[in-house]
Amino acid sequence: MWKWLHPYAKGEAAFRLLGLWQPWLAGLAVILVTVGVVWGLAYAPADYQQGDSYRIIFIHVPSAMFAMGAYTGLAITAFIVLVWQIRTAEWAIAAIAPVGAVLTFISLFTGAVWGKPMWGTWWEWDARLTSQLILFFLYVGVLALYYAFNDARTGAKAASILALVGVVNVPIIHFSVYWWNSLHQGATVTRFGETLMPASMKYPLYISILGFMLLTAALIVYRLRNEILKQELHRPWALAQLGVEKHHGV
Amino acid sequence: MAFDSWHEFIWMGGYGWYVWLAYSVTFLAIALLVIHGLLTRKKLRQQAVKMQHQQQRLARRKQQERERSKLTDDTTS
Amino acid sequence: MNTASAWRLLTTVMRRDLAVALRRRSDVVNPLLFVVIVVTLFPLAVGPGPDILGRIATGVIWVAALLSSLLGSERLFRDDFLDGTLEQLVLSPAPLPLLAFGKVAVHWLLSGLPLVILAPLCAMLLKLPIAGWGVLMLTLLVGTPMLSAMTAVGAALTVSLGRGGALLSLLLLPLFIPLLIFAAAAVESALVGTSASGQVLLLTGLMLLTLLLAPFAVAAALRVSVN
Repeated sequence: MWKWLHPYAKGEAAFRLLGLWQPWLAGLAVILVTVGVVWGLAYAPADYQQGDSYRIIFIHVPSAMFAMGAYTGLAITAFIVLVWQIRTAEWAIAAIAPVGAVLTFISLFTGAVWGKPMWGTWWEWDARLTSQLILFFLYVGVLALYYAFNDARTGAKAASILALVGVVNVPIIHFSVYWWNSLHQGATVTRFGETLMPASMKYPLYISILGFMLLTAALIVYRLRNEILKQELHRPWALAQLGVEKHHGV
Repeated sequence: MAFDSWHEFIWMGGYGWYVWLAYSVTFLAIALLVIHGLLTRKKLRQQAVKMQHQQQRLARRKQQERERSKLTDDTTS
Repeated sequence: MNTASAWRLLTTVMRRDLAVALRRRSDVVNPLLFVVIVVTLFPLAVGPGPDILGRIATGVIWVAALLSSLLGSERLFRDDFLDGTLEQLVLSPAPLPLLAFGKVAVHWLLSGLPLVILAPLCAMLLKLPIAGWGVLMLTLLVGTPMLSAMTAVGAALTVSLGRGGALLSLLLLPLFIPLLIFAAAAVESALVGTSASGQVLLLTGLMLLTLLLAPFAVAAALRVSVN
């Protein structure tokens, strides 16, 4: 059943296939994110409680969602690395982790900046922000482990084990943090009720979410193609892609 | 439009500083990722060119060695 | 390999680990000493008022336990890695997860169990109200096996690296967080007078799950590190 996937274990085939998707992912991402953000910033109505500060939601929620989503992708890739030892998957770990880490950072930063007008402080140990902070450490850990080894394949396998250990723990961590937060709820944190949003706010949010999904994919695809090129730099197809002339051996 | 003027748009009902800080840092972070990717691609190209030049030089040197040894063989035989 | 010989190999590994560790007594005592030192430093830093100390006691003791387990992590695999024993263990026909479990068990006996015994001393030093002492010891009893198991996973991943120490804490601390949250909450409940059985049962469940899964992760990590 998975035979159609086998050719893409090879760097060249994966590079070409990803190359077909790249322009579409990037182009649509730019369009959707722009539309969502402009709509949310300029056209959506102000919130009754939070005024205009709520507009940060149009980048905070999508970045938080795909920070998590990228980790799920990382875990699936890690599983593929450990079970089938496909080299393209090993390189994908190095492609996904930095994008996920940056998305987590964005969600943390926008969350904190949003928190200042909402709660009066730059940082609040609310469940969502705390979980995102832990997720950030998980990403950094995977990256650090990946690059700590001299042999790239060992590093990829070790990072994959860590990613899988992490993914098993992520639901446990989230559950414990939410529980802990509800236990210690001092200040009344009025969480922005997404379900109570009117359509004029929901649509730009959905568009932005879709845009961020494509943006995440485009960024990962680009990094993966770079990684493939790096590992296969001596091959003629890679040189052709880069527009470099191969020397004519004697 | 939710705002009546550009000034109101930037002011964001008093929250302008926060909103624009959040958006600009987000944009900056993503731009950094993109730029890093592009720079890496460029570096890979430079690396590939260097590798090819090195291999060309090596091949040329080997060729010269071969020709030189052929000459000496001819004179001694 | 049949079960009898696998069992024999397991007990041999455990007995050997125990003997080696007891020979290098400082390796065993230092992490425990660390906990007591940290516990001593806090009143000096925070002031001797019983209200503050009592409030932070559980947290300080548990965080000290987490940090000391990081300190004691090298003991698990480093020496065996350096002299080639680890490679032999990985290549042996016995199931590697079983051997990993054995090593974790010995590690716990020498680092987790003593902590449970040390707990009343630390509780007294930090002025923890006596109502919480029992639950504190219970959370340590249930939680430290989890601590040993997860530390083993991290140690197995970093054993082949030259200076894996700082990296290890980065890898492990996010995973320790649920343990910390529920252990601290259990003692809080006991102090307030409500039953801590919910949190303790949850901790027990987490511990059993960890003990079930961690040996496989440790085995996989050892195979990666040794090759």
